This record gives sequence, C-alpha cells and structure tokens, in this order.
Amino acid sequence: MPQGTERPLRVLLAKLGMDTHTVGITVIAHALREAGMEVIFTGLKQTPAMVATAAIQEDVDVVGVSSLSAGHTRSLPTLARLLREAGAGDKLLLVGGVIPEEDQPLLQEAGVDKIFTMGADTRDIITYLNEWRAAQQAGHS
Amino acid sequence: MDVAKELLGGNMLAGGRAIRWLDDRDPRGAEVLASVFPHTGRAHIIGITGPPGAGKSTLANAMISQLRSRGRRVGVVAIDPSSPFSGGAILGDRVRMARHTLDADVFIRSIGTRGQAGGLSRSAHDACLILDAMGFDVILVETVGVGQDEIDIVALAHTTVIVGLPGLGDEVQAIKAGLMEVGDVFVINKADREGYEATRQQFELMLHLRAEGRQDSSLHWSPPVLRAVALNDEGIAEIIDATEAHAQFLRDNGEFERLSGQRERAQTLGLMGEALLQLALEKTDPDVLAAVEAREIDPYAAARLLLRSL
Repeated sequence: MPQGTERPLRVLLAKLGMDTHTVGITVIAHALREAGMEVIFTGLKQTPAMVATAAIQEDVDVVGVSSLSAGHTRSLPTLARLLREAGAGDKLLLVGGVIPEEDQPLLQEAGVDKIFTMGADTRDIITYLNEWRAAQQAGHS
Repeated sequence: MDVAKELLGGNMLAGGRAIRWLDDRDPRGAEVLASVFPHTGRAHIIGITGPPGAGKSTLANAMISQLRSRGRRVGVVAIDPSSPFSGGAILGDRVRMARHTLDADVFIRSIGTRGQAGGLSRSAHDACLILDAMGFDVILVETVGVGQDEIDIVALAHTTVIVGLPGLGDEVQAIKAGLMEVGDVFVINKADREGYEATRQQFELMLHLRAEGRQDSSLHWSPPVLRAVALNDEGIAEIIDATEAHAQFLRDNGEFERLSGQRERAQTLGLMGEALLQLALEKTDPDVLAAVEAREIDPYAAARLLLRSL
C-alpha cells in the first residue's frame, strides 16, 4: 500500500432533518474518495444525536453536514454541543450548502469550524482538509 | 482517556478510537489490544457474505433488530472496498442500519478494505476483538460483495451466512465455486422475486453434493437454506434461530473455542508475514530488482538471490 494512504482522513457526510437534496453531498463524497479519504455516509433524515453517535462510532476526523434547506441554525449548534459533550469536540465540523450570510456568525460561534457556501469548488474543500490535517499533525509532533 | 480501560467499560468513544488506531497501524492500537485481549473470545462472530446486490446490509439491519429483541448486544463491522488507486473509499453500509444508531447496545463500524483482497479488511479481525472486549454478544461482519473465492470471512467468523438472491442462474454459478463450500447458513433474500423456487432447489442440490463429499466428517452440521425478504423483516427470526443453533452446535463439540484459537493463530502468522516482508524489503538490493526489470535475470533467480543475502 502506498505510504500516503496508510492513515486516510476519515470524513462523515450527513444530512440533517427533512432535507433530501443529495446531489451535492454525492459529488463531494466521490471527490474526497478520489483524494484518498474514507467517506462514511449516514443516510438521510438524520437527527443531530444520530450524526454525533455515528461520528463517535466511526471515529472520523471530520463531520461534514450538507444543508440545502432551512433548519441549520438549530440543528448544527445542537450537533456541535453533542459532540463536545461526548468528548468529541476535537472533530472538524464543516457545513456546506445554502447558508445565508446572516446565519454564519451564529454557526461559527456555535462551533462550526468552516462554512462552504453554494458554488464552492470540491478542490477548495480538499485543499482545506489537507491543510487542516497538516496543521493537526504539526501540532501533535 | 485510558482507552483500554474505558472501552472495557463499554465507552463508545474509546472503542471507536481503538479500532481507528488498529486500522491505521498506529502503535497505540497494539498497546490497547495487549490490555484488552484477555477479555476477548466470548462473542459469537457471524459473517454475512454474498455477491453484490444480494442485500447484505439490509439483511444485517434486520438481523440486528431480531438479535436486539432477544436481548443480545450487537456489534457490526461493515466492510466496503477502498480504491486501489487513491486509497479512498465510500463507506455506505450504515445507511441501511440507521434505525439502530441511537441504540446504546448496538455499535456499527464501517471499514475500508485498504488494500486487502479476499472480501475483508486487514483490520476486520482487530475490530472484532475490540467489539468483543466491549462486551458485545454477537458481532456481525458484513463483507464486501464477493465473487467465487473471496472467502476470508470463514477464517474470521464462527458462523458464515451466505446471502443469495433468486432469478439468475448465473448468480448461483457465481457463488457455487467458493461460497457453497463454506456457508453454515444459506439465505435466499428477496425471495418474493420470481425464480425463488428454482434457486432454492439449486442450493439444496449443491449442499447435498457437498454433504456426500464429506461423509467421513465426524462433525455434522446440515446448513439450512432459508427464505427471506429482509426489507420486510420476513424470515429473519428463522435466520437467527439458525445462527444460534449453529453456535450451540459449535460449543457442544468444542469447536467454538477451537475456531477462535485458530483465528488468533492465523492472525499471528499473518502479522509475522507482513513484518517479515517489510524487513526483507528494507534490505532488498535495488540493483537486483533493476536487473529483473531490464530482463537480465528472471524473477525466480532474483528472489533466490535476494533471500540469500538476507
């Protein structure tokens, strides 16, 4: 096995609530796979508690939530809190999709680490994740 | 967090972390394993295997429900293929098991094959040990969709469930070579589809031939062929009856412990082989390999030469 793939980044991709738009999340899943990451899908209609539990069982590095309908201002802060309470607050929490600018400060304050809005390039997401990981590893050594 | 101590107490965060370390070949994984290994060997490991599209995840989902209704705590190891090119993977098995996510007595872990052939992941065995140490009574291991001879699951599981589906004659052809020889319980899923009866007869015939070929065996377990529609929870109680009967059969004959012991022995030899190869590669003279590439020396002679210099 090539050296670089020995410890692939693990990313949970989830959709919360009644949002059933899956095109974006599917495209991102394939892009991350091509970039050498392990992507875990949870399926649709997840609650914050379900996503937090799956993130812990799967011990992912990153939790990515796709949001293309309203509800993120309530569900994402809950998810961030549940992860923290379970001792998993160190996981990177990302959200992508339709996130109005006025919601962004609230989400960031609640513990969302990064917001990708509509039109974000998958390459930007991959670059961001790789840079985050490099910073993590530098911090630990 | 003392990962070993916490996971023995059933802590999910610790269990998830231990499996990650082992999957990543992080040395901390081996340390945890050393502490928890004495607490393993109790769980009944059930392999679920079959061709792609047979409904393995859906069946696993239904089996979890049935096992939970009988009070069993259930661990799940769901394996999907990693890309041989990028090393990445899309692990989607838990989508079909989502209704069990919030059950504290169910732990589902998705694992990529990470370069391992044979239908399993290189760390499937380790994941089973961790779940066993966490106190799960039954561990379901769902393999990737397999073809004819990807039967590594047999070395890992006490009980192997082969999942087929009706209709295609080719489908039975596809599983007869390897899978028919190794199954302990056969399930024809999606049995409401046309062709069920013909498929059942083919299964029965092949199992009959298999039994005739093994008449000298003192141990005799007749694998049942069961009908299921996993999506509607049909036939699932009978499948769990069969897996539990098989576990009892193994225990009555002292086979349960023997299989568990064999598994650890095989794992040891596998790890040794991996380490030896690594060691040998570090000492391999690149000039000899270059000579093979240039067709100056044949691979057999080159391998002999390289081994002599170790």
